[in-house]
Formats: sequence, C-alpha cells, structure tokens
Amino acid sequence: MPVGQLIIEGLAMGACYGLFGLAVVIIYKTSEVVNFAAGEMAMFSTFIAFHVLTFYQCPFWLAFLIALVFAALLGVFIEFFFIRPAKNPTLLGLIVITLGAELLLMGLASWKWGAEQQAFSLPVSYKVTYEPIKGFIISEWAIAVFIIAAIIMTFLYLFFKYTKLGTAMRATQQNKHAAKIMGIQTDHVFVFAWAFSSVIGLIAALLLSAKAILDPQFMMEPFLRAFAAAVLGGLMSIPGVLIGGAILGLLENFLGYAWPVWKPITAFVVIVLVLCIRPSGIFAKHYVKKV
Amino acid sequence: MDMKRAYYEDVELFKSGTILFWTISLMVGLLTIPLLASNYHLYLLNLIMVHIILAVGLNILVGSTGQISLGHAGFFAIGAYATVLLMTKLGLPFFPAIIIAAFISAFFGFILGLPALRLEGPYLTIATLAFGLAIMHIIGHTELFGGRSGLSAPPLDVGIPKLGWSLVLKSDISKYYLILFFTIVMVWGAINILKTKVGRAFVAIRDSDIAAEVIGINLTIYKTLSFAVSAFYAGIAGGLFAFVLGFFDPVTFNMLLSIYFLVMIVVGGLGSVMGSITGAAFITYLMYALFKNVREVPYVGDFLVTISQRWLSITGMDNLSAIALGLVMIGIMLFEPMGIFGAWIRIKKYWKTWPF
Repeated sequence: MPVGQLIIEGLAMGACYGLFGLAVVIIYKTSEVVNFAAGEMAMFSTFIAFHVLTFYQCPFWLAFLIALVFAALLGVFIEFFFIRPAKNPTLLGLIVITLGAELLLMGLASWKWGAEQQAFSLPVSYKVTYEPIKGFIISEWAIAVFIIAAIIMTFLYLFFKYTKLGTAMRATQQNKHAAKIMGIQTDHVFVFAWAFSSVIGLIAALLLSAKAILDPQFMMEPFLRAFAAAVLGGLMSIPGVLIGGAILGLLENFLGYAWPVWKPITAFVVIVLVLCIRPSGIFAKHYVKKV
Repeated sequence: MDMKRAYYEDVELFKSGTILFWTISLMVGLLTIPLLASNYHLYLLNLIMVHIILAVGLNILVGSTGQISLGHAGFFAIGAYATVLLMTKLGLPFFPAIIIAAFISAFFGFILGLPALRLEGPYLTIATLAFGLAIMHIIGHTELFGGRSGLSAPPLDVGIPKLGWSLVLKSDISKYYLILFFTIVMVWGAINILKTKVGRAFVAIRDSDIAAEVIGINLTIYKTLSFAVSAFYAGIAGGLFAFVLGFFDPVTFNMLLSIYFLVMIVVGGLGSVMGSITGAAFITYLMYALFKNVREVPYVGDFLVTISQRWLSITGMDNLSAIALGLVMIGIMLFEPMGIFGAWIRIKKYWKTWPF
C-alpha cells in the first residue's frame, strides 16, 4: 500500500475519531463529566435512522433529520434524568452513571435490533474513488468526512469564541458558581451541551457506520479511540481533539500496516506512553490541584 | 454510636461478641450449604465467591486508595491463564501455580501502577482501559495462550502429582470447599490490611494525595502497592475462575467484565469489605441466575416474552440483564451513592437512636 493512501485513510479515520472525540470534549468542557455513554448514544441514534430508513422507506435526508432530533432529545433525556439528580457526585460516581447509561442503551438496542447484523447504506461510499494526484487515492467517503469535519470544527470554533451561549459554556466549565452569580443559567447550559454532543456523536457514527456492520456494539471500539484522541488532545481544547484524532488515525494506519495483527492496540500503547510524559495530554494547560 | 475507648479496639477483628457469634454462625452455614444445595446452585455459589475475592481486591484499589481501574478483567485473565499454563506446561501442583500466578498478576499491577503515579481521573481511566484491551488482545493472538479458541482447565489436582500423591477435585462440592477456603483467607486478609498502617496510608492517599505526602506517606510505594495488592486478589480470583468455568477464551475477559466488576463494588459500597461482598453476590446473582432464566419467572417472564414478540425481538431478550444492570447502577448512584453498605449503616443508625 502506498504511503499516500495510508496518509489519506489515516487522516479520514482520524477526522472521524476527532469528530466523535468532540462529543466527549463538549460535555467534559462544560460539566467535567466523562461521558462513557457517548458511543452507545450515537449507536442508538444511528439505529433510529436505520429503522426509519428501512421500515418506513423514508428518503435519506428525512431519516437523517429524524435521527438528529432524536439524538438531541436523547442527550437532553440523559442529562435531565440521570446526571442532574445526582447529589454531589464524585468523578467515579459520574463515570458509573454514564457506564450505566451505556449498558442500558446497549441492552435496549440489542433487544430491539440485535437479532441480525444490518447493513446501513450512506449516500457516500468508500468504494467510489478518485485519484487527483498520482499515488493519492481518495474515496468519496473520505471527501465527505473531511468536508463535514471541517464545517463542524469551524462552526464550533466560532460558536465557542463569539456567541453568548458558547461563552456561557466556557464560563460554566471554569467556575460553575461564579457563572451562576453572573446570571448564567448553568442548568440550560448543561442540557444544551448534552444535546449538542449527542448530535455530533450521531454525525460521527453515521460516517463511521459506512465502514462497519451495524450492530449494537459497533460504536464501542470507535468510542475508545475517540476517547483516546480526546485524552491525547487534553480533553479541553477543540483543536486539540482534532489533532489528537489525526495523530491517532495516522499512528493506527502506519503501525497497523507494519504489524497488522497488533493494529487494534498499538495506538493505545502509544497513548499511554505519551500520557506518562505529559499527564494531561499534549494540548492541555496542566492545572495543579490545590489541597 | 460505636464508642471506642482504646486504640486497640479499632484494630480488633471482631468488634463485639455479637459480631463474633454471627461470623461463626455464617461460617457454619457456609460449611453446611453443600449438603442442601443442588449442583447448579453450587456452581453459582462458586462464581459468587470468585467474584467476591476480586471485588474485595478491587475495592482496596478503587474504594480505599481512590484510583479508578477499568482494566481489572486483564488481571483476572492473567490469573486464569497463568494458573492453567503453569499447571499444564510446567507441571506445577495447584497451590504453587495459583500463588505464582497471583504474583505475576501483582507484578503487572505494579507496572500499571507506575503510570498511575502521574495520571488521575479520566487519564487514569484510559490507561487502565488500554491495559485491559492490550491483555485481551495479546492473549487472543499468541499461540502459547491458546489464541482465539481459548484454553480448557486441567483436572483440579490439589495434591502433588509428580510425587504420586494426587487428590483430584471433580465435583462442585469439593471445588466449593476449596474456593471457600480461599475466599475466607482473602477476605480476612483484606480486613486486616485495611486496619494496618498500609490500609490507613491508602485511605490517606484517597482523601488527599498531597496531604498524605506531607505527613510522610511515600506515594510511589503505596500507590503501586495498592495496584499490586488489588492485582494479586484478581490473580487468585482468576485462577479459581478458570476451574469454575473449565473452559475460557479471550472474549470471556472483555471490557464489559471490567465494568461489571466496577458495578459490583459501587453497588455494594465503596471502601468497605462487607460492601464488596454483598455487591459481588447481588450482581453475580442478577447476571448469572435471575436474568439468564427470566422467561421462567412467573407472570413477569410471560409479560416480557409478549412485549418482545409484539414490539421488540425475541432473540434479543437475553440483553435484559444489561438493561437491568444499567438501571441498578444509575439508581444506586442517584439514590444511595454509598451503595448497599451505606443503606445498611443508615438503617442501623436509625434503629439505634430510635425514637429520637
């Protein structure tokens, strides 16, 4: 396999991981909750799109819209019923709640759709390829991934920097109580963050589903990689998670090409090594905890 | 409520005559159970006890030292594979094999403890997760470990077969007594560890690692020690698990298992030995008994089957246990964050001070 294609494939996968990592980062940025349910939330919404598409014969755009709305509602639901009622939760407590939500969604999805593995068809396929420069083969799917990732990243960057809500989200993350005093309704911010994260997760899952068979566990591995990408980027910065995703995608493709058997774990080993040197990821400012 | 007059009372194993009495009656009860229980129930009890050993160890790490681990299925797997391989390839007797396996597991715990010195929170989670995944993957792709097709356990011989002195445990009853012995020793060990200097150092690290360092606790030693002790417990549990199951492959030790282990201690109660025991028993029962046979439960089973046929799929009904466990996890965290043990403490307090 030529180097050029390894790079493009790696970057495309990396963009997907980065996009999905964003779903983790947005929630962590506002409420310091590590959302282990992100993968299963995205999986569930994808299944909704699939269900609408196959059983009601809707056009793709309609199914996509329905799934989008569903994803937003799912995010709101989980924040409202599972995260908000927790009394003074610890970090471990929140992780346990999101793990519980993960099991719950996975169980529900397998109860409904688990019987057979489904094929999900996106309008873009990775089998249609172009070769703009010699040696660099790029598929339609990769083009779509790059375009969508670029749009979402720009949007998020502008959103967090210039809009009132974006500023409110950043303020909430830095100090919840001070934000409340300044008149920010932090509850609304949290709900919005969860809905937003769920929607972005759905988009990433739809892109990833082109390369996988749809079954209730298809988002588990990508979630771990996306989480790793987010951790590599420092869990806080939006450009960081994109770069983390790109590094992860490239590493996985190159190391995976060298040692195909060890492809699923090489990236993780590298990440643990990186974390040993920079304990809060590459792009995070390391805040020293006070006693 | 519990008045202590001397420091010595704090380190006593049995705080009062009542506790001693109930402990002894529990022991007698546990020893006589096999006479009454069927084979299936013995198998279930064996599984529960294996999970109790693991949960007690995990609670030392998570509950007492405050380090999160989502990779304990990895240590569990190391224990299982090392025990079986030491017995089949090197021909060691069972007891040395399981002890050596536990030490191998503890060594890996020590290795994983090294990055944990610098990582915390989500970063530690991803490191331990990566460890669990790596172990599962390495086992699945190495010929020595049986690859994807797995390994089957040799006959459980507790004697020394090379000297011609062999004692093969075949029935579930004899395995029950062997595992019971290990469980009692390990639980007793855990209770004692938590009462010594080491246990108090663990708790100090959990409450504030900087403050702990200031009062002279060596973080490097105690954090890695906590990982090693926890991994040692997981190793012993894994070695016994291999013989309870008889056959296992890498998929047995997947990431979900690590999550279930975490659920056990969270549901039982973080930082308490009794909590880990109740949590492990409760969750194991839910997973392996109640929801495996949910169709046979009167009324509820029929109702669920009807729902499945009408709106969902009947083949996916086995996933009910995942749904229930998810709900249990969320419910415990929302309504009783200290777990079953916390509820028990509250009830006890309420009755002691009743009617005030």
